[in-house]
Amino acid sequence: MAVGTQYLAEQPKLRTSSMVIGAVVVAALMAAPFFFYPVLLMSILCFALFACAFNLLIGYVGLLSFGHAAFFGGAAYFTAHAAKVWGWEPLTSILLGMAGAAAMGFVIGFLAIRRQGIYFAMITLALSQMFAFICLQVPFTHGEDGIQGVPRGHLLGIIDLNQPLAMYYVTLAIFLFGFFAIWRIVHSPFGNILKAIRENERRAISLGYRVDRYKLGAFVMSAALAGLAGGTKAIVFQFATLTDVQWQMSGEVILMTLLGGIGTLIGPIVGAGFVIALQNYLAASDFPVTVLIGIIFVVCVLLFRRGIVGEIMELTKRKSKQSA
Amino acid sequence: MSSAPLLEVRGLNAWYGESHVLHGVDLDIREGETVTLLGRNGAGKTTTLRAIMGILRRREGVIRLRGRDLLGLPLHKVAKAGLGYVPEERGIFASLNVSENLMLPPTVAEGGMSVEEIYTLFPNLHERRSSQGTKLSGGEQQMLAIARVLRTGAKIILLDEPTEGLAPVIVQRIGDVLVELKKRGMTILLVEQNFRFARKVADRFYLMEDGRMVNAFPGHELDARMDELHEVLGV
Amino acid sequence: MSTIFGVPAPALYGQILIGLINGSFYAMLSLGLAVIFGLLRIINFAHGAQYMLGAFAAYLLLSYAGIGYWLALVLAPLIVGAVAVVIERTMLSRLYGIDPLYGLLLTFGLALILEGAFRYWFGAAGQPYAAPAQLTGALNLGFMFMPIYRGWVVVASLVICLGTWLLIEKTRLGAYLRAATENATLVQAFGVNVPLLLTLTYGLGAALAALAGVLAAPIYQVSPLMGSNLIIIVFAVVVVGGMGSILGAIVTGYVLGVLEGLTKVFYPEASSIVIFVIMAIVLLVRPAGLFGREE
Repeated sequence: MAVGTQYLAEQPKLRTSSMVIGAVVVAALMAAPFFFYPVLLMSILCFALFACAFNLLIGYVGLLSFGHAAFFGGAAYFTAHAAKVWGWEPLTSILLGMAGAAAMGFVIGFLAIRRQGIYFAMITLALSQMFAFICLQVPFTHGEDGIQGVPRGHLLGIIDLNQPLAMYYVTLAIFLFGFFAIWRIVHSPFGNILKAIRENERRAISLGYRVDRYKLGAFVMSAALAGLAGGTKAIVFQFATLTDVQWQMSGEVILMTLLGGIGTLIGPIVGAGFVIALQNYLAASDFPVTVLIGIIFVVCVLLFRRGIVGEIMELTKRKSKQSA
Repeated sequence: MSSAPLLEVRGLNAWYGESHVLHGVDLDIREGETVTLLGRNGAGKTTTLRAIMGILRRREGVIRLRGRDLLGLPLHKVAKAGLGYVPEERGIFASLNVSENLMLPPTVAEGGMSVEEIYTLFPNLHERRSSQGTKLSGGEQQMLAIARVLRTGAKIILLDEPTEGLAPVIVQRIGDVLVELKKRGMTILLVEQNFRFARKVADRFYLMEDGRMVNAFPGHELDARMDELHEVLGV
Repeated sequence: MSTIFGVPAPALYGQILIGLINGSFYAMLSLGLAVIFGLLRIINFAHGAQYMLGAFAAYLLLSYAGIGYWLALVLAPLIVGAVAVVIERTMLSRLYGIDPLYGLLLTFGLALILEGAFRYWFGAAGQPYAAPAQLTGALNLGFMFMPIYRGWVVVASLVICLGTWLLIEKTRLGAYLRAATENATLVQAFGVNVPLLLTLTYGLGAALAALAGVLAAPIYQVSPLMGSNLIIIVFAVVVVGGMGSILGAIVTGYVLGVLEGLTKVFYPEASSIVIFVIMAIVLLVRPAGLFGREE
């Protein structure tokens, strides 16, 4: 079985009902900060977007990037630097981070797509580690200290993002924009070609598609969206540090996606929510989080490779088959 | 000729994934016999061999060697029970030299040929013993694939299309080798399209079509059945 | 004082030696990765953790049982190999035949568990581990002073790599291994217990990593993070060399170690990234790796 063989295919009949569900979810997200800590919610939204961006690559092209932290953390540095040192407006800073991540994605992707499968994973891991070493050495990242005290500033010069609710709704808007972008990509002709490549690369080549270009395109989009998440996180939390560019972070985003369901649209969101909530919960205890993350990895790979959402979809599919 | 068969196959069904490829195959081979499976491409001959060996795992029915059930054995125990396999495409390993290829299959019983005997029977292999296995010519690779299982002491060898793609003079040579093995009392299950080759060695023939045994007859009836065979085999 | 390209000769030799030592570990670890990958088709992300386990096993044997370096060189690989055998039987064996990425993810999870647990018990700081008395001191080579232990590591790693290569190229077990790498089903149909061979191979690969860990303990400190920092560099080494050839993995390991050492002399800022840069160049020029075959 290839990684992520199931995905939400185009189902026009479901459109109305899924729009209703979507509206309910958005409404719930709008109301959420009145019930939960906005900072926790914003953290989940940033990581959920990061995981969705990562999933675009593994779930719909079948490429496992083990270096997505470079785009997430790299964008956080770029955004933080623009907002703090250059005094840029927050949204422009985030867009700069996103552009930087896209450029990095082009370089890393260009090298990595020259090999496939397991090598692709190792190459992305190695290149992102190289980026982490660079971040440790160059002056603008401030080494071990990171960039601290990044101002949230005023969105478009008007809205004061130091207001928690304002920051939350901006984060939510960015998340929804990113999610919608991924949904559009997946359901576009471009997305269908990506899926064809995942199912059978040779056939896609023999049909005349320049597979490498599509892979690189998807890689750059995925990196840019990961950068959107990372830049937003730098504004929300007002810092950018080495933590976000290191391999552990690449591992975390893989875990979120695997746990939620590779190749499902909402799986990564569920996985991100689960992992962030768990980390938040464990922060107070002295239980080593790394061990728990490792255990979840092992359990997921051995017992439910489809992830939470994937398994639920499989169950409902089987039930509807039985009743039919 | 009433002795119990050495290898007995009853009602063998097999599947490649979801597709049902063997439908109740029956087959008997007595000790010292050479039996040939005939049939068109895709009739299920190779599949029958693979199912008997256990390479094809999804099987039902009965496969017994000297009354011992083979169906429940893990793959590596089937060879130990006394089956030697010479696969289609020969299966010579590129990363092993000729002598390593020859020595690869573990001995399964007493009474296999010694390396000296094998090199006497196949002098070419001795000459080229330190060459890379896949650098041999097709004919030499076929000899090596046969020689490989003779060493192990296997009671029955399963030979899958040994003459495929080989020049007539090599086919002749392989025929001589099989005759020699027969003389030594080896039991052989042969899959072959080339029945002019097979008639030299076969005691009996089975005819397969669409994963079923459709006919069985002794070797001497081959000539009388030529028309029928031409029709079934489409040659 | 003599200089070479404007660098004092002793400094140059010193860095070449350090490069050779790092290269020794790259070679031993990439060798193990290549052997495991060849047969199991799994990239063993836990390789770094198994190297760390080897070093910790030596450290714990000494602190709690008073067992010294020489015995640890034998015991630590056996212990880690046994753990690996259990891992293969209970977990990895369920992943054969599915997408190899799952093997990478599983062993990544195992690496996190091992590393997290050791950090929890021993903290992130390194523990010192003394070289055995027989190997302390330095040797005057005429052009430089070489600490004896460092010389020993280079020699020992060469012996280990050569020994592994001989095991694979010249023995019957090695022939099974090579043949099964090409066509495992046929080898099993010949009567070789391939499932057992897979288990042994994973155990051997892990034991090799643990042996490297014991050798490393007196040079680097014994710390929970020693493996994960190394394994990513080793991945790059493996990409450069290609995993098709055992000898290729060994040679690439040493050469990249020395190149890294030289970079430390001539352009120290780049020394931590030079191997990754070389990897990028190789990907541009020869994507299959220096010794790799196109798949």
